[in-house]
Amino acid sequence: MAVSMKNQAAVAGIGTTKYTKNSGVSELALACEAVRNCCDDAGLDPAEVDGLVTYTMETSDEIEVARAVGLGDLTMWAKINYGGGAAVGLIQQAVMAVTSGAAKNVIVWRAMNGRSGQRMGQGVSGNIISSDLIHWSWYMAYGMLTPVSWVAMIANTYMHKYGVTREHLAEVAIAQRTFALNNPNAAGYGRPLTIEEYMAAKRITERLCIYDCCQETDGACALLITSTERARDLRQKPAVIRGVTQASTRGQEQMTSFYREELDSLPEMELAARRVYAMSGLGPKDIDAACLYDAFSTEIVMQLESFGFCERGEAKDFVADGNLRIDGRLPNNTHGGLLSEAYIHGVNNIAEGVRLIRGTSCNQPRRAEHVLVSSGVGVPTGAVIFGRD
Amino acid sequence: MPKPGRIKPPMGHDNAWWWEQAAQGVVAIQRCTQCQTLRHPPRPMCSECRSLEWDFVASSGKGTVTSYTTLYYPQFPGYEYPLNIVLVDLEEGTRVTSCLTGCTPEEVDFGMAVTAYIHEDEDGFKIPMFRPAAKGGI
Ligand SMILES: [Zn+2]
Repeated sequence: MAVSMKNQAAVAGIGTTKYTKNSGVSELALACEAVRNCCDDAGLDPAEVDGLVTYTMETSDEIEVARAVGLGDLTMWAKINYGGGAAVGLIQQAVMAVTSGAAKNVIVWRAMNGRSGQRMGQGVSGNIISSDLIHWSWYMAYGMLTPVSWVAMIANTYMHKYGVTREHLAEVAIAQRTFALNNPNAAGYGRPLTIEEYMAAKRITERLCIYDCCQETDGACALLITSTERARDLRQKPAVIRGVTQASTRGQEQMTSFYREELDSLPEMELAARRVYAMSGLGPKDIDAACLYDAFSTEIVMQLESFGFCERGEAKDFVADGNLRIDGRLPNNTHGGLLSEAYIHGVNNIAEGVRLIRGTSCNQPRRAEHVLVSSGVGVPTGAVIFGRD
Repeated sequence: MPKPGRIKPPMGHDNAWWWEQAAQGVVAIQRCTQCQTLRHPPRPMCSECRSLEWDFVASSGKGTVTSYTTLYYPQFPGYEYPLNIVLVDLEEGTRVTSCLTGCTPEEVDFGMAVTAYIHEDEDGFKIPMFRPAAKGGI
């Protein structure tokens, strides 16, 4: 008989490093610091950690982290593929492990010198590509070498079809920058963004400017997943996992799903939505706040439709009405997000989802009973819904 | 030292043949020999009938722009900016990602008619690209 993952596990710890542009330390050192801080936050002895999950793109292996931090005996570990699409997949692996008994206390993390080391914004290189080299080559040969170049194609179709303007995207960027002004660990801390600055910004691609693109960051973020029962005995208020899923759909490519009939939606995100709503028994009306993956501002607009907060083509109006702000219908990325806090490949967005449930966000909305978090857009991805215990 | 050129595709079992055709002036479209379905980018199996047998047809090169973007920054050696990138729906029914030359970024538009031609780099590498249909193609 199938085991339900609903409400079985919770996030019980958050650990981060400082988010900077030049850490001056190794990615392994960042990973260790985040994992240690995560155990401290939860009040868990690191020797009790018996499961680890990270990204295939992570350069620090599980046993290196375990040895350096002094973790206990490990009974499960895994690495999840597809860049930022992995973020929620880490949580799903941990929930499966905790629910099945494969492990009791699972740490998931991402550590990267994403500015001083391998920069995502500088595009693909031999360091990133491996078995899918041929896939990338159909685009590299033509000069599509960066995430923004791949995202721009579908963003442009969507914007053209539904009349989305730069002013709409500016509202996404400015709303999140405004949140970052209250977050001392955010790249946007102390740096307000005006509509004038946005409109005058350097053009990166047709029709995205620098403020539509996320940060590049040195830093790490780790989360502890354990059973809901165990989480109640730890230091923090549990963020109970009501629903979690990974999602990839027909015609899926990594960033370049250009060959589907329609290019104005995110089929993999719609699958993630159906799955998390079905598992949790919740719907869009039950979601009080969100941390939608935001490597690019257009991704927020499109996901509002994928997750059923708006009808197709109406997200631009939802955004323009201020609904992503603190007193709006769906306060979104209240830490600043990838656009204005840091780019820790989406794990930092999951951490903020947990803070919202705890009630400890630097921009805590009036109500946060249920929070939705998604991972990478345009790649095999996933979504998770957190709730209060 | 020669100028650095564009990033060349690795030549594997599943894609080298397409570039070999391009070098001979052909924009190839892979075809399942069992159910005749055309597919692009090339893959080893037909996702309609699961046949591993395939050949290819030569595209007329005629198509329309179904989406586009223009890349301004960052700029990499081997490419000219601003760089128009297009998704072209070929009249045979498959879609291809390519560059559009012979027009300004302002002139690129959804639905515009384009024609393929074979672009040759200074280092001799040949790659299918598109230009506005009015300006002629392969
Ligand atoms: Zn077939």
